[in-house]
Amino acid sequence: MPKYLILKHYRGGPEQHHPFPPMDQWAPEDVEAHMAFLRNVGKLLEESGELVDAQALTPERTWVRYGGPEAAPVTTDGPHPETSDLIAGWYMIDVESRERALEIAAYISSEPGPGGGPLHEWLDVREIMWERSQTTDTA
Amino acid sequence: MIDGPARRLDEGALRALVPRVLAGLVRRGEDFDAAEDALQEALLEALRVWPEHSPHDPRAWLTTVATRRLVDARRSEAARQRREEVTHAEPPSGPTEEGDDTLFLLFCCCHPDLAPASQVALTLRAVGGLTTREIADAFYVPEATMAQRISRAKRTLQGQRLDQPGDLAVVLRVLYLVYTAGHAGRVDLAGEAIRLARQLTLATEEPEARGLLALMLLNHARLPARLDSEGRIVTLDRQDRGLWDTREIAEGVRVLQSALALERPGRYQVEAAIAALHDDAASAGETDWPQILAWYDELVALTADPVRQDPAAVLGRAVAVGHVLGAAAGLREADRLREVLGERHRWHAVRGHLHELGGDLPAAATAYADAAHRATDVAERDHLVRQAARARAAQARPDAARGATTARPRP
Repeated sequence: MPKYLILKHYRGGPEQHHPFPPMDQWAPEDVEAHMAFLRNVGKLLEESGELVDAQALTPERTWVRYGGPEAAPVTTDGPHPETSDLIAGWYMIDVESRERALEIAAYISSEPGPGGGPLHEWLDVREIMWERSQTTDTA
Repeated sequence: MIDGPARRLDEGALRALVPRVLAGLVRRGEDFDAAEDALQEALLEALRVWPEHSPHDPRAWLTTVATRRLVDARRSEAARQRREEVTHAEPPSGPTEEGDDTLFLLFCCCHPDLAPASQVALTLRAVGGLTTREIADAFYVPEATMAQRISRAKRTLQGQRLDQPGDLAVVLRVLYLVYTAGHAGRVDLAGEAIRLARQLTLATEEPEARGLLALMLLNHARLPARLDSEGRIVTLDRQDRGLWDTREIAEGVRVLQSALALERPGRYQVEAAIAALHDDAASAGETDWPQILAWYDELVALTADPVRQDPAAVLGRAVAVGHVLGAAAGLREADRLREVLGERHRWHAVRGHLHELGGDLPAAATAYADAAHRATDVAERDHLVRQAARARAAQARPDAARGATTARPRP
């Protein structure tokens, strides 16, 4: 069965369906509803036998590259941290088909936002490559 | 004995034997690395076999099976290297004190040359008797990774003299790391740390060992109240104190008193005293903050430059100052840590708490949001987002301060 990553972003991606403020500025009951929904997503995927892993990332990001022999690693937070993509976390799922992966992602995107209506958040769905055991000849 | 349905294996009793058997093997001259591997195999064998056929003398069984594994390993090694096989004479194992064994092994596993992650892993396996898989689960890494970490740690120990008394302070730090570092909902490392600390207190009179045990017990007692049924964090001031484990509190207080009676205070005893004062309050409002502040004064006095050497103590003290002398005084104390802790979530969370205490809700909301942004624990992050939203809403509509209404703002 193919595996997919469903990536959530702090920022980046297509233009928002509708603008919304950061969650700490929502009404407390909307925050509760949102968090309860996402807790339930994890539970549903576990019960359906499709959850591989779910993780969240802190928003702190550092770009790093090799600095050369004897040199410290070179790091930067730029060049355009305010517009670039920033991943917030992921669900890794193991599903029957790509259609099922998209269906799950769309369901997650229906998470309640401020005012209680669906957030319509864009999610990034990526298939994970794998290494098959070479039990048959490659065509 | 009549054969009934397979009895449940008493894993706790099995694992309590691990340090005694291992120490016996090492004392009679076996290499620590090889002996620990052999015992791990014996342990896995025991978990498989004992539920059906439990031995009369479990300790002797483990020693025999581990010894057989050692001989097997030596034999194949000898064959491989075309060396003559050395038969192994089994010397009688002398009676040793259980406590001595534990201390001896803790000093091995908490050797100062090892990195903390390795000290923790090795301690859990060689003293705690956990399997590599359980340890891997507890720290959420693949089993192969944890196996590698453990064997690298043991290679580091090869050639080290293991008969010297080690550094007890390192052992205490490792045990506290075991208590705090496990992933939620996996292996019960906190319980394991308490078990190991209890064993340690049988082996040494050092008051800080008792202080550490007391600290763990007094914190662990509040565990059942710390999360609600939805997994949300409940802060100390809102916990249902009826859920606290009074038996653990009583034991913690008793252990702490026996430590303090020796009149050689240290940071674990002082922290345990602070935890005991929280446990002692029947409600948040009855917390004896002046006495807590007095203990924090002792805690920060243990280091020459507490802001740099023990910022966590200074931050804890800032909260106590806020409750005793007022929010503004507490915030002034917290501000001394801006340079050291300004990028850590806890510093911002404390500032949020102090601002709220002083009634400055907009500042509290901002501080909580800053804290959420820096949090590295999911439950804590969610909690801080809630705190920020709650403080902001309370400022906009004072009646919603405690979520008292579900009314939505009109468009």
